[in-house]
Amino acid sequence: MSGSPIRFAAEVERLEQIVRELEADELDLDRALALFEEGVERLRRAQALLASAEVKVKELGTRLD
Amino acid sequence: MGDVDLFQAASAEGAWTVSQVARRARQVVEQGVGLLWVTGEVSGFKAYSSGHWYFALRDRSAQLRCVMWRRDNRRLPTSPADGMQVYCLAQPTVWEERGEFRLTVRELLSTAAGGLWQLALERARTALERDGLLDPARKRPLPRFPTRVAVVTSKDGAALHDVLKVLRERWPLTEVVVVPTVVQGDDAPTALVTALARLNALEGIDVAIVGRGGGAREDLWAFNLEPVARALAEVKVPTICAVGHESDRSLCDLVADHSAPTPSAAAAVAVPDQRDVTATLAALGRRAGFGLERRLRLHAEGLGRAGDRLGALMARSITGRRASLAQLGARLDALSPLRVLDRGYAVARDEAGRVLSRVADLPAGQRFRVRVRDGEVGAVSEGVR
Repeated sequence: MSGSPIRFAAEVERLEQIVRELEADELDLDRALALFEEGVERLRRAQALLASAEVKVKELGTRLD
Repeated sequence: MGDVDLFQAASAEGAWTVSQVARRARQVVEQGVGLLWVTGEVSGFKAYSSGHWYFALRDRSAQLRCVMWRRDNRRLPTSPADGMQVYCLAQPTVWEERGEFRLTVRELLSTAAGGLWQLALERARTALERDGLLDPARKRPLPRFPTRVAVVTSKDGAALHDVLKVLRERWPLTEVVVVPTVVQGDDAPTALVTALARLNALEGIDVAIVGRGGGAREDLWAFNLEPVARALAEVKVPTICAVGHESDRSLCDLVADHSAPTPSAAAAVAVPDQRDVTATLAALGRRAGFGLERRLRLHAEGLGRAGDRLGALMARSITGRRASLAQLGARLDALSPLRVLDRGYAVARDEAGRVLSRVADLPAGQRFRVRVRDGEVGAVSEGVR
């Protein structure tokens, strides 16, 4: 269905946010470890979405509907 | 010939009525002078709500009144402007009710560059500008990772084929919704307005490409019409117009959020390139790794000279693995905190889950939790060894 494309932007945006936090100064170790794990997961999912994607084409009928 | 008895003729039976004279004049003119091409300057132009046009054609020494009926003028893109030089195919006649000689114009052409078509375009452009539809501030940005792209074009044309080809190469994550329409000919304007309204009724569209492949100026003309441009301006998602003409930009190009010279170029603007995105993801992975590494290093350094076994071991592990951190895939996996535990390291934490890394955090008698590879155990500190 259309789940895959919509998730891609969300995965990347969250990954970027995680990277910004990991690069910031204030973070404690616990949070860094947790975020890193989440980041790895998001990254893998984004890469998987991209690798398995195929363009889908739908055409609206010529009658008014 | 002979003498005309004027007094005899001046009787009710002999005299002509006004209407008869007028009618006779009309017959004489129409039969004597057929359709003519007349050139002159337009003046005093007035269009009535009936759709009929009244104006004068003049040159330096004479002027003739003209009428162009609606059934003849509706084919024209716009009305002529006063002062315009035109060619008219006209039938000289007499307007019986007024006894006026005038021309009934059947065809009207302007000698100005681009003719009436150009004038129509300029008038439409002025109207759109006045309504703020050409304002650059109106242009909307394109979404970064579009998921659903609408394409309004002819379903059999090269434009759709080109767009799909580019999307397949660059961004296979796309769902394409094709809104078919006619892009040239008499039906094009209505079909385009209808198609754009259908586009607006769709849900979940991120960006719309509207256009057609290359063609002659006349073929592209539908995209220069005011109603089509206005319908495009109404579209609630960002639009990219691609009308495929080398030099001119159509009215739709000016109104759309973005304009591209060809449908392929439009598709390339609409979506990112998966190769660039793959590289961006790799870079993000590296930054995450470096960020974590730096955090761990700072943490290990903070342990000072207390000789804490865990901290020292982790610091050595990190230094040794610095190169690996820069890679993705399996190596990132190896550095995942859980994998670190697999190699026999343990993490001490207090009840709240905070990592304990200094001997000062673990005075004798302090209760804490130790996480090892396969679980957690409770512990009590014996104090510094």
